[in-house]
Amino acid sequence: MTDRERNGQRDRGERENPTPKEAGNREKDAGEAKTKAAAAAKAKAAAAGKAKAAGAKRPSPRKKKKEEPLEPSPKQPLLDQYVQTVTEKVGKETVEESYINRPNGHLPSMVIKNDRWAETARLLREEESFAFDYLQNLSGVDYEEHMEVVYHLYSMKHRQGLCIRVKTDREGASVPSVTEIWPAAGWNEREVYDLLGIDFPGHSDLRRILMPDDWVGHPLRKDYEPYDREV
Amino acid sequence: MIRTEEMLLNVGPQHPSTHGVFRLLVKIDGEKITEAEPVIGYLHRGTEKLAEDLTYTQIIPYTDRMDYLSAMTNNYTIVHAAETLMEVEIPERAEFLRVIVMELNRIASHLVWFGTYLLDLGAVSPFLYAFREREEILDLFNELCGARITYNYMRVGGVKWDAPEGWIDKVKALADKMKEKTEEYDRLVSGNEIFINRTRGIGGYSADDALAYGLSGVNLRAAGVKWDLRKDRPYSIYNRFQFDVPVGETGDLEDKYRCRMEEIRQSIRILDQAVEHFPEAGPVMAKVGRVIRVPAGEAYTQIESPRGELGCYLVSRGKDKPYRLKFRRPSFNNLQILPKLLKGENVANLVAILGGIDIVLGEVDA
Repeated sequence: MTDRERNGQRDRGERENPTPKEAGNREKDAGEAKTKAAAAAKAKAAAAGKAKAAGAKRPSPRKKKKEEPLEPSPKQPLLDQYVQTVTEKVGKETVEESYINRPNGHLPSMVIKNDRWAETARLLREEESFAFDYLQNLSGVDYEEHMEVVYHLYSMKHRQGLCIRVKTDREGASVPSVTEIWPAAGWNEREVYDLLGIDFPGHSDLRRILMPDDWVGHPLRKDYEPYDREV
Repeated sequence: MIRTEEMLLNVGPQHPSTHGVFRLLVKIDGEKITEAEPVIGYLHRGTEKLAEDLTYTQIIPYTDRMDYLSAMTNNYTIVHAAETLMEVEIPERAEFLRVIVMELNRIASHLVWFGTYLLDLGAVSPFLYAFREREEILDLFNELCGARITYNYMRVGGVKWDAPEGWIDKVKALADKMKEKTEEYDRLVSGNEIFINRTRGIGGYSADDALAYGLSGVNLRAAGVKWDLRKDRPYSIYNRFQFDVPVGETGDLEDKYRCRMEEIRQSIRILDQAVEHFPEAGPVMAKVGRVIRVPAGEAYTQIESPRGELGCYLVSRGKDKPYRLKFRRPSFNNLQILPKLLKGENVANLVAILGGIDIVLGEVDA
């Protein structure tokens, strides 16, 4: 039975059976129900207010779970060590931010300052304690306020992954190329250039790779306007 | 004296041995290749851009069309990324079904490679053998989800369809049959002298090169790097199964062939175990809402597709649609090393080396 059929039946039923008295009753019932509902809502709000007031003392069980301080991640010491080494070798304020990406298997992640990235990348590849020899993935993200290039690195020697994010302005977006360090970046940087319009100074052959050479605009930018809106 | 000059040879984009719409500009000096430049993008559909306007469930059929020889692993990569951020637990039966279909798909995909690769090398009959067995796998998929190539089978939280009555027995029967068939392929091809002459010592590279170029899957393992995401970064329930990771030494075409053929056997092993321990009954979907909202955050998940590391970088802002979705396509990354491999090679080896990489253009161009 479709919804319409069901509604139709109900409508018919109502039209057929009620006597005026019953109809009146029904209205009254509805009215009562309304007042009741309003009262209930009021009571609920009051209770909520009370709970809020007593919030510190007796939080709801669900809330408690969230507020409980998380166990320190097993990867935290490793990340601290990474940050320390980078700061020592490349300079202060190279690491803008560092965190453990918990849902992502406790992946250590760092945001590296754009103008220090070339130097940091070389360090990550060559320093023995890093030895990130495998560039797994390179992606570009348009965050509207700024753009980002995200690198997922892996060290076969230490069996450890690392996520690096490098920010850049949307206007004249540019991130140093890492093709000399990881040749795997070659086509990936071309792809990011093609789809997001981020420049990679140092790349020997930066041109479009997926879109036609004469394409206008960079499709993965959030403000990209499609050539044909209907499509 | 004979006058010689460099010649520019265009291969593709419409050419049977490029396995899709792939173009290669080759400079040749006599029989030797001096430079090769791949041109891609002919099959670019903008999957990542489209995904930004689609809900997670709507994206799944689009992933079918990336690596169309292994749509099950593609399905899994997107649901796995969403599940990672949502931190949902998947019912046991669904996990088993996922592993079974992914391994069946791996076998089917390697069979296509086996058949078409031998075709590239000039042997027609292995193709018929390979497609005969692949057909049976596709029939199983058809029975399970009503599609032969583009399955749209997995969902965030589980799988769409439970195994029909008697399906698991059919998988078991097929696994047993495949054991004999792999022996048959070996008898047919593995010792063949022409085959060995065309593959041994050709198109090799070092493990360091393989890592530097970001190769993955068989292309990486053939060079001697023991790296299989099912073992090294276990996902789903792969840590419960016993299987070996075949590796080569020189990365040449013969090593790649042996790795892939051995992988078929290992997949059969996984299938055997999965069928044996398949849960009697139970749900195939976790309790997830009708509208899938992925909590804000970012995650990079990686799985071992038949072609290598299939990654998914998902940036979510807590909506029912991804903010940014990037697929790390193994074919795209594996293809990058091609110009390096072709340089100095004989023209006759071009098709053999390209075929050895095992690309799917739907995935290269996404």
